[in-house]
Amino acid sequence: MRLRNLLKIALKSLTKNRMRSLLTSLGVIIGVGAVIVMIAIGQGAQADIEQQITALGANMVMVFPGSSWSHGVSQGAGSRNRLTLDDAEAIRERATLVTAVSAEVRVSAQVIGGDSNWSTSIQGVDPEYQEVRDWSTVAGEFFTARDVRAKAKVAVLGKTVADNLFPGSDPVGERIRIRNTPFKVIGVLESKGQSAYGSDRDDVVMVPATTALYRLSGGRYINRIFVSAVSTEASKATEDELIAILREEHSLEPGEDDDFRVRSQAEFLETATETSRVMTLLLGAVAAVSLVVGGIGIMNIMLVSVTERTREIGIRLAVGARASDVLVQFLTEAIVLALVGGLVGILLAIGVSVFLDRVIGMTAIISPGIVALAFCFSGAVGVFFGYYPARKAARLNPIDALRYE
Amino acid sequence: MSVVIETSGLTKVYQMGEVEVHALRGVDLTVEDGEFVSIMGASGSGKSTLMNVLGCLDRPTSGEYILSGKNVSELTPNEFAEVRNTRIGFVFQVFNLLPRTTALDNVELPLLYDHTGHVRDARAEAVAALERVGLGDRITHEPSQLSGGERQRVAIARALVNRPSIILADEPTGNLDSVTSVEIMGLFKELNSQGITIIIVTHEHDIAEYTRRMIEMKDGAIIRETMRAGRQPE
Repeated sequence: MRLRNLLKIALKSLTKNRMRSLLTSLGVIIGVGAVIVMIAIGQGAQADIEQQITALGANMVMVFPGSSWSHGVSQGAGSRNRLTLDDAEAIRERATLVTAVSAEVRVSAQVIGGDSNWSTSIQGVDPEYQEVRDWSTVAGEFFTARDVRAKAKVAVLGKTVADNLFPGSDPVGERIRIRNTPFKVIGVLESKGQSAYGSDRDDVVMVPATTALYRLSGGRYINRIFVSAVSTEASKATEDELIAILREEHSLEPGEDDDFRVRSQAEFLETATETSRVMTLLLGAVAAVSLVVGGIGIMNIMLVSVTERTREIGIRLAVGARASDVLVQFLTEAIVLALVGGLVGILLAIGVSVFLDRVIGMTAIISPGIVALAFCFSGAVGVFFGYYPARKAARLNPIDALRYE
Repeated sequence: MSVVIETSGLTKVYQMGEVEVHALRGVDLTVEDGEFVSIMGASGSGKSTLMNVLGCLDRPTSGEYILSGKNVSELTPNEFAEVRNTRIGFVFQVFNLLPRTTALDNVELPLLYDHTGHVRDARAEAVAALERVGLGDRITHEPSQLSGGERQRVAIARALVNRPSIILADEPTGNLDSVTSVEIMGLFKELNSQGITIIIVTHEHDIAEYTRRMIEMKDGAIIRETMRAGRQPE
């Protein structure tokens, strides 16, 4: 039988029972819609995370102090702090794959200024920190290499600190005191908002690394070294280079463990991407279950339909339909139900995604591949769940079918 | 005249639970091309079973059925379907039209299942068949909008549409009043005069009177045959 006749017969039967066909398709509509929307949301979240991490500087590499072991008990990260300003200097001088280097010394302190005081984190950094973290000032300016060399008592305030100490006024030029040391405010940093871990990144005061180390913490060791690699692709090579330089700096013998750790942002990116990819897959799998349930709905209705239309099948067989014609007819009906459901589901999913994107402000990315896959999958659902009822119809004996009451 | 239907020793046994029902017990029947035959008998005489076997709707338990020189018992299911589609038109007592489907679509149905590929314009052929049974002005009506006689005419048009050489009618007037029955029998007579072999099953004598050859069945076997020449009601 020609395909045109086939489609004609199937569509005629389906349009005779519009409401039932619609309800049967609804299962597939929801299934396909859910799969696409879930994956769109998952991929949107993935893109968001990637964008956030990239915004931190995907080419950033960090050096942390290592951990030490004391009588079999690990003292945790930083317990064997051997990172010094000299290490940062060594990297600055000798690393070839690096565009910017900054030490970071962190001190927690009460800052007194204006008519108020505020407990915050003091970060001693180098001017290159601005480049590494892509963090500029909105007022005043950042300190210079000269300030670092001079251990200058200058500070750049984070947005939160500035708002708390000098509400409604420009803090640049004001004086503040950190641990009884007077500092001059020379700039205010742009707002960075929350970090990926929920802490306020604007709750900070930046001072030259040397100032923080010698005037505030009074120690020898620094907390971290930030490095910008020439490119994201080079971050692995940069890590290797940093390890080589620091091992030499720290005079470690071959075979001896590193007393520092190097992590690149690319690694974080990879981990985060992998995590959200798994989440997307999980969401899609849960949604796919509803598609299977939709398929079972098709099978259910097709079985009812075959029983209800036994006489019709008998008539068709009596006028010369082959068993295969009947099989194909019912299979076609199931596939049409599934594909129409798939198509409507896709349109619905696009609508929902646009709504999420525009109105709710949630990133939802619909990829054509997923749409094509969902459409093919809905067709497969039609074939899979339509075959059994169709075969049941095709196996009827014409006389028995005609006599069926 | 050539033989179109030839059966020998046809039997049909149904299994009804524990009981075996012998619906046919060795039927030998020969029908020649262009004949107008009626098969009579009380209910349970096996006449409908014989009709279903002749119409290739059912297979005999044993015996031979040769249709236009071909042994039907040896056909594959698909060839069987093709015989139903192109060689035989079947008319039922209860019409067996597809509900909520226009007369035209009902008549077109066999052409949609045609695998021989000779159908050029199914629509036009279906319209022609409906005109042939006098329903040219009813083609878009659905069965529920037609009278019993008109429904049976649609069923006859459907039987005719693929130009079969044989029409089998199982109690075609069983659900019709006497006036309409006369009209339908007149139509069969006309079709027979156009050269189509027609076999009718009935239990009414006055319907059998229309045919030239009357076959009586009892308990699954043919018990009497009567030929009548020229004395048919006009």
